Amino acid sequence: MATTVQNIIKKYNKDKTRLMDILIDVQSDQGYISKESISKIAGELDISHVDVEQTMSFYHFFSDKPTGKYAIYLNDSAVSNMMGRQKVKETLEKEAGISFGQVTRDGMIGLFDTSCIGMNDQEPAALINGHVFNNLTPFRVKEIIRDIKDGKPVEQMYTSAYGDGENRNELVKTVVQNNIQKKGPILSEDYIPGIVIWKKLPQMTPEQVIEEIKKSNMRGRGGAGFPTGLKWEFCRKAKGEKKYIFCNADEGEPGTFKDRVILTERPKLLFEGMVIAAYAVGADEGIVYVRHEYKYLKNYLENLLQGARERNLLGKNIGGIEGFNFDIRIQFGAGAYVCGEESALIESAEGKRGEPRDRPPFPVEKGYLDMPTVVNNVETLCSAVKVILNGGEWYSNFGTKDSSGTKLLSISGDCKYPGVYEVEWGFSVKDMLEMVGADEENIQAVQVGGPSGSLIGPDEFDRILCFADLATGGSLIIIGNHRDLLTDIVLNFMEFFIEESCGSCSTCRNIPYLMKLKLEKILDARGVPQDLKDLEEWGKILKFSRCGLGQTAGNPILTSLRNFRHLYDEKIQKDKVFDSGFDMSQAVKASCEAAGRVPNLN
Amino acid sequence: MSTLVNFKIDGVDCLAEAGIYLVEAAAENGIYIPTLCNIQGVKPRGACRICTVLVNGRPMTACTTPVTMGMDIQNDTPEINDIRKAIIEVLFVEGNHFCPSCEKSGCCELQALAYRFQVMVPRFPFLFPHREVDASNPKIIKDHNRCILCKRCIRAIKTEDGKNIFAYKKRGLELEIIIDPELGGKITDELAQKAVDICPVGALLPREKAYQVPIGRRKYDNEPIGIEDEKK
Repeated sequence: MATTVQNIIKKYNKDKTRLMDILIDVQSDQGYISKESISKIAGELDISHVDVEQTMSFYHFFSDKPTGKYAIYLNDSAVSNMMGRQKVKETLEKEAGISFGQVTRDGMIGLFDTSCIGMNDQEPAALINGHVFNNLTPFRVKEIIRDIKDGKPVEQMYTSAYGDGENRNELVKTVVQNNIQKKGPILSEDYIPGIVIWKKLPQMTPEQVIEEIKKSNMRGRGGAGFPTGLKWEFCRKAKGEKKYIFCNADEGEPGTFKDRVILTERPKLLFEGMVIAAYAVGADEGIVYVRHEYKYLKNYLENLLQGARERNLLGKNIGGIEGFNFDIRIQFGAGAYVCGEESALIESAEGKRGEPRDRPPFPVEKGYLDMPTVVNNVETLCSAVKVILNGGEWYSNFGTKDSSGTKLLSISGDCKYPGVYEVEWGFSVKDMLEMVGADEENIQAVQVGGPSGSLIGPDEFDRILCFADLATGGSLIIIGNHRDLLTDIVLNFMEFFIEESCGSCSTCRNIPYLMKLKLEKILDARGVPQDLKDLEEWGKILKFSRCGLGQTAGNPILTSLRNFRHLYDEKIQKDKVFDSGFDMSQAVKASCEAAGRVPNLN
Repeated sequence: MSTLVNFKIDGVDCLAEAGIYLVEAAAENGIYIPTLCNIQGVKPRGACRICTVLVNGRPMTACTTPVTMGMDIQNDTPEINDIRKAIIEVLFVEGNHFCPSCEKSGCCELQALAYRFQVMVPRFPFLFPHREVDASNPKIIKDHNRCILCKRCIRAIKTEDGKNIFAYKKRGLELEIIIDPELGGKITDELAQKAVDICPVGALLPREKAYQVPIGRRKYDNEPIGIEDEKK
C-alpha cells in the first residue's frame, strides 16, 4: 500500500500543485485516503498534514473511510427525483441491506448521495466506481446488486447497448447517450480538425485573432457573459513569465450536460479552440478542468491529445508557426460545484480547496500560479474556432444584437425529447417547449439557468433566451403540472446550495440553510405572513457573498416567491401573527414511546 | 513615490495612497468600516463579509479591495448597516456563544460589534449546533462553539519555514478549524500566544492562564470598537 502511494507521488514529481491528481489516484486505487496515506503525501510533498487534509476534506469524492469495493453514488438532482429516484434508492437500500451513507459489513457495497452528475436527460442515474449507470429502475437495481454480489467487474455489468456516437469508442464504452436533438455550427459534423491551425493561424497575427473574436461580439457561455475578445486582450496585455489557457469543463449546475456532449463528440474542436486562444494571448500551457463525474472520458480525451501532438496540432511550432509552443493537460475535479467559479477552479487546479478568490486581481492578471490566465467555457472555446474559420461577421449574424451566435441548451424534465439543442440566441421559452415536445398546457414552470437562475411560470413563457432578457448557461428544466413545485424543486435546489457551499463566506455558509428551515416551516403549514417577508429580506444578505454561487444561493426561494406567490400563500396561516414552528408532540415523541405513554400536552 | 488618489465615502471627499485597501484608506480619513476577519499585515481574505461596502453601486469587501481614483463608496447607510447587523447575528446563531461565561468577554470583537450594531435578539433562530471543545494541543484550547471561521489563525500563524499549522476542514455548514497534529504539537510559546491574541473571539484560548485582565478593564469595556479609527 505504502509503495503504491509512493509511486503515485513520484508520478507527479512530488509537485504539491498536483495534490488533486495525487489524491484522485490514491482514492481510486484504495477506495479511500487513509491517515497513513495523508502522512506519506504530506511528508513527500513537504507540506503540513493539515494542508493535505484541508484539500481532501473539501471534495465530495474523497473519503477518509473505505467507500466499498463498489461505491455507488446515486444522483440526487431534482430531475432524478422527478424520474423515480426514490424507488431506486429504496431498492438499493433493500437489496444491499444498508442505508445511504453506509458501507456493507463485508466492505463490498457503499451507498452515497451525490449532486447532479450531468445526466439529467437519462435519469435516474448513478456512478459506480466512476462508471455511469443511467435510466435506473428497481428491476435494474436488483440486477446490478446481484452482479456485484457475484463479483462481476463494473464494466461487465452493463446490459444495454453502449450509447450513441463516441460513447461506443473503444476507450469510452459507456451506456451514456448523447441525445443531440438539434445541431448548429458547434455540433455540426462538417468540421475538419486542425483546419484553423493549418489554414488560418499562420496568416494571422495574435492581434488579428483577438480583433476577429471581438468583431463576432461573442460573450462567454458559462453564464456571466463576459465579452471573450476583451478577456483575451486583457490577458495578452498582462505581464507574466507564463500564461495559461483554462477550459472550464466543470459544468456542475444541476440540469446542464452540454459539455458532456461536446467532450464526447467534439473534443477536437475544443482543443483547437484552446490552441487559438493560446496563440492569441501568448500562452504555452493549457488545462482542461473536467468535473469528476466525466472521468469515464479520461483515456479517450488523453488519447486524442496524444494524437494531436503527433499531428503537430499541439507541442512545438504548432501548425508550422515558428516559436508557437503549446500543450494541454486534463485536470479532473473531485466533486465540488463551486469549482465551476473560475477562481475556485484555478485554486483547485493548484491542488487546493476550491474556494473562490477575492477579486481584484482577476485571473487575466493573476490566475493559475499567479500568472495571467484565461478561463473560458467549453462552448466559448468551440465557438472561437468557428469564428476564426468563418469570420466574426458571419458569426454575429446568428442570434440577437446583444447575444450573438448559438447556445447549447441542456433540456430535461417533463418533456418528450430531453437532450442537447443548439439554437440561436433569441429563442423564446414557448418555442423551446414546442421544440422538445412539451405540451404547454401541462407545464406549470420552467427553471431557466439551473438552480441559480430563475423559476418562471406560463405568463413569462414569451420571454427570450438572451443576455438582455433570460440569460442562461443553458440548463432548462421543464416542470409539469403534476409536480409539487415547492417540495420537488425549490427545496431540492436549496439543499443543493447548502451541500455545495465552500463555507468561507459567513453569508453563503448559513443563510441558505436558515432559509431552508423557514421553507420547511411553511411546507409544514406552520408559516405566517411575516415568514415570507423574512425570506425576501434574508435573500438580500446573500448579495454580500464573494462569488456567484453565494450571491444566487437564495434564488430558488426568491424567484419562486416572486413568480409563484400563490403556492406560498396557500400554505401559510394568514390570520396568525406568530408561530414558533416548534412541535411539542413531535419533540416528546421518542421519550413517550420509550415510556409507553401518549403525550399529554395540556 | 506613492501617488495619492481622491475618492468619496458617503459623499465625503477622501484622500489616500493609491492601492491600499479600502479599510485602511477609510481609517486614514477618520472613517470606520467595521471588520472582523481582517488583521493588519496579513493578506486579507474577505471571509466575514462585514466590511462590505458599495463601490460604485457594487458590493465589495473593503478589506480586499484596493482604493483607486474616483471610487464612490457607500459605507454608513441604513441598508448596508442592517445587512452587517444580520451577519453579526448569523455568526451568533451558527455557533454557541454564551458571553457571560466566556473568557474573552470584553475583548471579543464579535461581542463588541454586536454592541456597536445594537444586536438585541437575532432575527434568525439559534441553531444550537453540537460542537466539541478540543484540548488535545499542549498550549491551545480550541473551542469550536465560539469559532466564527474567520481564517485569521490560518492566515497568520505559520512555522518558520512557512508551513501551515492551522487549516480548514470540510466545507459549508460542516466547516471547522483544525490544528496540525505534528506542527501544532511543537508550536512555540510565542506563536501559540500570537494565535490566541489574534483570535477575534474565544475560540483559541491559552492553557493554564485565564482572566488575567479583570472584567471591566478590558479593551471594549472602556470604549466601543471602531472608535480608534474615528478619532483619527
